[in-house]
Amino acid sequence: MVRITEATQAYSFSRRALVLGGLQGGVALVLAGRMAYLSVFENERYRLLADSNRINLTLTPPRRGWIVDRNGAPLANNRTDFRVDLIPDRMQDKPKTLDALQNILGFSQEDRARIETDLKRAAGFQPVQVLENLDWERFAAVSVRLPELPGVAPTRGFARNYPLGAGVGHLVGYVGTANAEQFKKEKDPLLVTPGFKLGKDGIEKQMEDRLRGTPGAKRVEVTAHGRLVRELATRPDSPGETVKLTIDAGLQEYTARRMGDESGSVTVFDCMTGQILAMVSMPAYDPNAFSDGISRSEWKMLAEDDHIPLMNKTLQGLYPPGSTFKPATALAALGAGVDPSRVIYCNGGYQLGNRRYGCLGRHGPMTMHTAIARSCNTYFYTVGREIGINNIAAAARALGFGAEYELPLPSQRYGTIPDEAWKLRRYKQQWTQSDTLNASIGQGYVLVSPFQLALSAARLASGKLVEPSLLLEPGKNFPALPFPPEHVAIVRAGMDEVVNGHGTAGASKLQIEGVRMGGKTGTAQVRRIMDATRGQGGAWKYRDHGLFICFAPVDNPRYAASVVIEHGMGGARAAAPIAKDVLTFLFDRPQAMKRLHALEAGWGGNINQRMAARAAAWKAGQAPQPPTAAPVPEDPAEAARGVAAAASNASVEALDPDAANLKPTGPLE
Amino acid sequence: MRGGDIGPAGVVPAQLAQLPWRIIFLVIAIGVFGLLVLYSAASGNIRPWALNQGTRFFIFLAMAIVLSRIPESFWAMGAFPLYIAVLLMLIFVELLGAVAGGSQRWLDLGFIRLQPSELMKPVIVLACARFYELLPAAEIRRFGAIWPAAVLIGLPAGLVMLQPDLGTALMITAGGITVMFLAGIPLRLFIGGALALAVSIPIIVNYVLHDYQRKRVLTFLYPESDPLGTGYHISQSKIAIGSGGWFGKGFLQGTQSHLDYLPEGHTDFALATMMEEWGFMGGLFLIVAFGMLIKWGIGVSVRSNSRFSRLTAAALSATIFYYCAINMAMVMGLAPVVGVPLPLISFGGTATMTFMICLGILMSIDRQNRKVARW
Repeated sequence: MVRITEATQAYSFSRRALVLGGLQGGVALVLAGRMAYLSVFENERYRLLADSNRINLTLTPPRRGWIVDRNGAPLANNRTDFRVDLIPDRMQDKPKTLDALQNILGFSQEDRARIETDLKRAAGFQPVQVLENLDWERFAAVSVRLPELPGVAPTRGFARNYPLGAGVGHLVGYVGTANAEQFKKEKDPLLVTPGFKLGKDGIEKQMEDRLRGTPGAKRVEVTAHGRLVRELATRPDSPGETVKLTIDAGLQEYTARRMGDESGSVTVFDCMTGQILAMVSMPAYDPNAFSDGISRSEWKMLAEDDHIPLMNKTLQGLYPPGSTFKPATALAALGAGVDPSRVIYCNGGYQLGNRRYGCLGRHGPMTMHTAIARSCNTYFYTVGREIGINNIAAAARALGFGAEYELPLPSQRYGTIPDEAWKLRRYKQQWTQSDTLNASIGQGYVLVSPFQLALSAARLASGKLVEPSLLLEPGKNFPALPFPPEHVAIVRAGMDEVVNGHGTAGASKLQIEGVRMGGKTGTAQVRRIMDATRGQGGAWKYRDHGLFICFAPVDNPRYAASVVIEHGMGGARAAAPIAKDVLTFLFDRPQAMKRLHALEAGWGGNINQRMAARAAAWKAGQAPQPPTAAPVPEDPAEAARGVAAAASNASVEALDPDAANLKPTGPLE
Repeated sequence: MRGGDIGPAGVVPAQLAQLPWRIIFLVIAIGVFGLLVLYSAASGNIRPWALNQGTRFFIFLAMAIVLSRIPESFWAMGAFPLYIAVLLMLIFVELLGAVAGGSQRWLDLGFIRLQPSELMKPVIVLACARFYELLPAAEIRRFGAIWPAAVLIGLPAGLVMLQPDLGTALMITAGGITVMFLAGIPLRLFIGGALALAVSIPIIVNYVLHDYQRKRVLTFLYPESDPLGTGYHISQSKIAIGSGGWFGKGFLQGTQSHLDYLPEGHTDFALATMMEEWGFMGGLFLIVAFGMLIKWGIGVSVRSNSRFSRLTAAALSATIFYYCAINMAMVMGLAPVVGVPLPLISFGGTATMTFMICLGILMSIDRQNRKVARW
């Protein structure tokens, strides 16, 4: 072992002191390097972070664009809305503040639980909504007590308003708060800003991009404790665009009211331009109520209604067109060379093999003109069988059936225009003569939507390949229908006879000097079972549908329309009178209004009054039961589509083609 | 670097001329810079921190100058009595805490809340240096050279850990071990010790540390695991430093500190407050200034003649180094948040006092060196 002396110790010390000094110098370099890394190389990142700390951006929801009718009358506009929000970071004693607010505003424990969850999730300055749609008294009560309620922010915002209420429900749709999925998709903080709502259905949903606008923003500098230091900049919101529809608000409202308590759909076209003047599906929900968020019981009432107010029947309802399909068969026959003056004798039915296909009457000798007017099945069975299904299907498609159209509405259904290839594809079966007979009178496999029916009427009336439009744009020129004009004229003359001559809808003649309406009635069977009532009575849901297509004036057609009344027991009885009044409104408002007032007096008030009465009655009926746990779906539009789909499937089920076969003598006009 | 010899003899009294003025000016420069930082941290007010700190700074600086007049032999003779006195004070605050039901770290002396654990930082250095001075040179490689020093360090470090104050306990241990290293304890013991420490850290973290200390260590390792808790300190501090850039946002222009995003911006995280407004150059200034001070301290040690003063001067310089390095590393996210202030910059009387005691003893040794040189 080396002897250790004072001298070696001193030497060892200076060596070690050198090492220590060197280590310290090294650490100093590392620290300086770290300083440089943070403040020079990462400077930009940390400067942004520092700014996002101190600068707080508050969004103000943009005013939503209006939806107006062709004349600028509002279908959807904004009204002032008083709202109370909470700014989580500025709150001091959360439970105490909530207690105080609950005292003033009187919201339920359910609401309180929702607010508390939102508060837990909210970060910093993201406001949390307490209540909206406050009346002035409660809003003012919160406002005067603000000094003792830190973090409470009474806000004046805007809420959506639909002046026509249920009358535009299915058309315009409604708005609602964004759900979690939408937020995940768009990642836009605007979506979770209190007071912001986006379109959930109808035009509101499809035109969301144009209607939304750009949010305003307020940049403020705040301390870590949320105290506002100063306002940096405020950018006002820019409102969304106004969307102008082809709809005539007056006609839309009149039509909705005229339908009364019926379940069904009316569509009115300007047949020269293809513009949709009215599109009503009844009964409907009140979009005002939906936009405020509906209660559990309201939802339950709508979902359980057998008139399916949640479904837009105009586009999503599918019905066998019945005799309203006969113009298509007639055009196909003319195109295939059938002479319109040829006489076919109706002895009350048609014999195919050992089966007899019935007619509603013994019409005797029929030409095409009289066959359309009196809706003789025998005539159409005969010519339909001669020309074959493929000709009929082609004519039907030319009139607009079996297709979807470009409309700013969420969903449409094609329906079915069957032909040989279709049946082979769908059922792996050969087309039969029996199928042709059923199809030629609009039964069997044929399914159309009320919207397509109205379009077919517009095409027949104008003789042009009219394309529908709902957004008001400069008019287009449409090519002529692929039928010779004289063929279309023959069909139109037959439809004139239906209303104004010896036809099925003589009772619905327009009472206007110089204006005649042409039309075609139809009755669609719902049920295969041939009971005593033959679809003309009994339980509502087993009655036949009533259909009617029409146009006016006959000499120079301007308007075309379809009316479908579910379970109305017949076109002439249920649908044609409504069509008459709706078209009358276009030519002579006072006369139409007079008639409506008389009817409404009998029904027990206008739509709002009747809806209120129904809701009250429903609630009274529900009262004894404890509130069931049927939850309000988060997104009523989604759920409504589910309801609608179920309903449509049911109706298709009921209209299984076998029905027509089993019941050869259909309730046909 | 050699201090002193500024004033021409005859004009300035000899005692004044003998003072290491360069070092005193350097310390004043750092101290005044610290006061500016505290002035800004209070949003441009001398209250509540800058005035208070300024007063204490100059009082303690005067004290350091007074200490520098004390002969080196006094420090050598007084090392053990001082050590025992401070150890008793540590035990006393521990008992006081036990009686009061809770933990207490300080004794209230009226004008200052004295933390005995802070006093222990220079005193442990004195005691260990004294021990190795007394130890015959031949004994240095024996076990008898190690265990007494280990007890000297272990007792106060243990007491401070009980308080619980991890930062101070670490600094006491580091000061003592630095003396052991410089005294010539075989290197293999330090290497072995370092390895043993590496192995035992997980055990210490799990069984010895208090919950809040363990949390700080874990947060240091995984800052994102707790962005709103302890991790908040580190991330806000990094944002403050990082947003400063080359030259900072300007005096009184810091947003992180003025808008309260930076916690403890006037105490442990004063460096972040400073660097937000003075930028990288401000940070570099501090590193260079403290570096010059520490280099001077090591120079004092190298020039010393006695073993005691060599060990003391080098270890006291190292103590100042540990202060700065641990605080800076902690504020910049390189070390766990252990609660070590930055001397002369962070608000706090005790740290200033400890620093000035170290400075005073260093100046005293320096004076002795020059006297010896003159003889």
